[in-house]
Amino acid sequence: MREVDYNIIVDTVARLCTEANYFLGDDVVNVFKEGLKKEESDTGKDILNQLLKNQEIARTEKIPICQDCGFAVVFVEIGDEVCVKGNITDAINEGVRKGYTEGYLRKSIVADPIKGKNTGDNTPAIIHTTFVPGDKIKITVAPKGGGSENMSEVKMGKPADGIEGVKNFVIDRVIRSSSNPCPPIVVGVGIGGTFEYVAFLAKKALLRDIGQRNPDPFYADVERELLEKINNLGIGPMGLGGRITALDVFIEVHPRHIASFPAAVNINCHAARHKSAVI
Amino acid sequence: MAELKRIKTPLSDEDVMKLKIGDSVLLTGKIYTARDAAHKRLFDLAQKGEALPLDLTGQIVYYVGPAPAKPGYVIGPAGPTTSGRCDPYTPTLLSLGLKGMIGKGTRSKDVREAMKKHKAVYFAATGGAAALIAKNIKAMKTIAYEDLGPEAIRELEVEDFPVIVANDAYGGDLYEEGSKKYRRN
Repeated sequence: MREVDYNIIVDTVARLCTEANYFLGDDVVNVFKEGLKKEESDTGKDILNQLLKNQEIARTEKIPICQDCGFAVVFVEIGDEVCVKGNITDAINEGVRKGYTEGYLRKSIVADPIKGKNTGDNTPAIIHTTFVPGDKIKITVAPKGGGSENMSEVKMGKPADGIEGVKNFVIDRVIRSSSNPCPPIVVGVGIGGTFEYVAFLAKKALLRDIGQRNPDPFYADVERELLEKINNLGIGPMGLGGRITALDVFIEVHPRHIASFPAAVNINCHAARHKSAVI
Repeated sequence: MAELKRIKTPLSDEDVMKLKIGDSVLLTGKIYTARDAAHKRLFDLAQKGEALPLDLTGQIVYYVGPAPAKPGYVIGPAGPTTSGRCDPYTPTLLSLGLKGMIGKGTRSKDVREAMKKHKAVYFAATGGAAALIAKNIKAMKTIAYEDLGPEAIRELEVEDFPVIVANDAYGGDLYEEGSKKYRRN
C-alpha cells in the first residue's frame, strides 16, 4: 500500500484553489474567441472582449477572475492501493483554508444557513469521493459561484417523459435563468440515479472541458442539439441579447429505478473553473 | 443602440434622461457599494424616518462584494452581483433621490416602475469581469457598516468604469428587447 503524506494533500488542494481562480482554462478562452466570430450583437461582442481581457489580467497578475471565488467543490478519486497518512477530509479543508487565505480569494461561506456568520476561510469544502483501481489520488477543485448555482434544479419526472421531457426541462430552466447565471453559461445535465445522485451527475458533468462530448453518440447528439437550441433563445452574453448564450452542454447518465426518472440541471457561469492534479 | 457616452457622477435628471437602453457608458466620479445586507439597513432607517449614513441624492450604487485586495492594490476583483436581491428595497432608495444602479441581471416590475417615476437608470456591468473592472477603481473608502465585511458601504472613485444601460427612465428593458431581437425559432 502506497502512503501519501498529509501535507502533500494540503498543498495540492491549496494550489488548485488558487490556480482554478486565477487561470481560466484554454478551452474556455478558445470558445470565447470562437464566440466573438459568431456573436451578432455589438453589446455581446463588447462583453466577450471584456471577458478575454479580464482572464488575461487575472492570469498575468495572479488575481481571481471573478470576485465570487466560489464554494470549494472538491472531487477526489482514491486508488485502492494508496492511503493518506492522516484524515483526508481535514487535509482538504486545510488546503482550502490555505489557498483562499494566502491567495487573496473571497471567503463566501456562511457557517449556519439560517443563523449566518462567515466561516472566514471558505471552509468547509464540499467533498465528493470515489474509489478507483490503482495507487494514485486524483484531486479536482471546481470553485462554484453562487449566481449560477442558484439557477440550478432537480426534477423527479415520469419515465414516460423520456429524452424529450429532459430537453424541455433543460431549455425551460435556461429560459427562466435568463441573465442571472452570468451567461454565456455551461450547462451540466444529470439523468437517472436517485434524487441526490442526479444532482451530483449534473455537477460532475461541469468538470468536462468545453467541446468534450459524451462518449455515447446518442447523448453526444442530444448535447449538440441542446446547445443549438439554447443559443437560438437570444439571451446572449450577460442576458442583454445575442447569439452566445451557452458555451456547451454536458450530459451524464446513470441507471435508474423502474419507477423514477430524475433529471437535474446544474448551471455554471462563463468562469467555468476546474483544475486537477494526480498524486 | 451601442452609442458610447461619458458621464460624470453624481447624475442629474438631465443626465438620466439622455440615456437609452443599449448605450455603452463610461462612468467617472464617486459611486457607492451596497449589497442586499446594506440595503436592508438603509431601508429600515428610511422606514423609521431616520437619517441615512450617506446622502443618496443623484448618487449611483454598485451591487458588489469585492475579493480581498492584494498588497499594493486599491481593491480586489470587483464585478457586479445579482441585482434582484436588492429589488425589495430599491423603490424606497429611489424615492430618496438615488439616480443610478450598477449590477447584473433583470429588475422587478416594481423597480422598473419606480425608475420611471423618479427618473433613474440601471446599468449592467459584466458579471465575472471582476479583475478588469477593478482597474477602473482608483480609490476606496469605507463609509458605513464595516461589520458587514465585503458587504460594507464603500465610496469608490471610478474612472471610465464600463457599463451598459439595461433599463432606462423611459421603461426600456434591454434584457427583454435584446433577447427578442436575437431569438430564432
